[in-house]
Amino acid sequence: MSFFTEEQIYRYSRHIILPEVGGKGQKKLMEARVLLLGAGGLGSPAAIYLAAAGIGTIGIIDFDIVDMSNLQRQILHGVNDIGRLKAESAHDTIKSLNPDVKVELYKERLTSENIISIFKGYDIVVDGCDNFPTRYLVNDACIMTDKTNVHGSIFRFDGQVTVFKPKEGPCYRCLYPEPPPAGLVPSCQEAGVLGVLPGIIGTLQAVEVIKLILGIGKPLIGRLLLYNSLDTDFRQVKLRRDINCPVCGDNPTIKGLINYEEFCGVGRH
Amino acid sequence: MAVRVRIPSPLQKLTNNQSEVTAHGKNVKEIFSDLEVQYPGIKNRLYDESGNLRRFINIYINDEDIRFLKNEESELKDGDSISIIPAIAGGGCVILHRRTDLQI
Repeated sequence: MSFFTEEQIYRYSRHIILPEVGGKGQKKLMEARVLLLGAGGLGSPAAIYLAAAGIGTIGIIDFDIVDMSNLQRQILHGVNDIGRLKAESAHDTIKSLNPDVKVELYKERLTSENIISIFKGYDIVVDGCDNFPTRYLVNDACIMTDKTNVHGSIFRFDGQVTVFKPKEGPCYRCLYPEPPPAGLVPSCQEAGVLGVLPGIIGTLQAVEVIKLILGIGKPLIGRLLLYNSLDTDFRQVKLRRDINCPVCGDNPTIKGLINYEEFCGVGRH
Repeated sequence: MAVRVRIPSPLQKLTNNQSEVTAHGKNVKEIFSDLEVQYPGIKNRLYDESGNLRRFINIYINDEDIRFLKNEESELKDGDSISIIPAIAGGGCVILHRRTDLQI
């Protein structure tokens, strides 16, 4: 008996005819479990393309509610979703695109208490969250649970993408050992962001996820991709593992989760 | 030694909105001193109160992080390009704004 239904073979035919994917690769995608941190600017395009690609299980963690001002960039949601939980709106959009996808929702904040048990159930984490404490929390939890973190971040007209794979490359702390001090961090609303920018960066994250699942190409491990939309400039710089990194270095000093708000000196927003 | 320096968007207010400027010096330290002469205030954003480069900003010569070369003493060749790359957390939040900038 075939793993696929007739309909699935047709739905994924443009994948299956690619020798790099094939039926074998499509099966891998359909058996994969990917966790999206946030159903916002970055999570929206990532969720949509991963769902369309036939990822078997997509987890979404988001406690926020859809607001009119989100619609400028958060394409999972529409006018009729204003006031709904983003997680629920994301669920409906994904299901209407591809009912094959199993969607698991976590309508809560990611915290030191829940992160390890949530991460354990997934193969890959897609980090599209919007503050420094969570970035460090996610990084440390990924190291501790041995999960690959497909990282994307955006600011105004600039975006950054990389893949942090424990044991094979550097982690977020190797790249940025310390967060900016409190008071140097303006809120998202004050800084602004070009609406289509998360579309580019979140889509690049989806590409990296699919490559990792299929085991094809060259993942963005040890490389930071920088995109500037005003100059239409894509560049890469090298990232190296820091042997003195407190989490993934040769002699780690941080072996459990810490208080990340205190570490970053800022409250969540 | 003339090198090109890419300026991240939070600092472009100081460089008359230019995303790339030219500076002179034989190493990174000298380049930043020259930048301060041309665009006063920029050094404050790059260094902390103790005179160390801020740890949430990375400096690259071409595609190499200077922390894995000789830090600020890393030497430059004609035609090299320096990039100043801050940590960004967004969904869209960043850094390099002084507290006073936040009181809009």
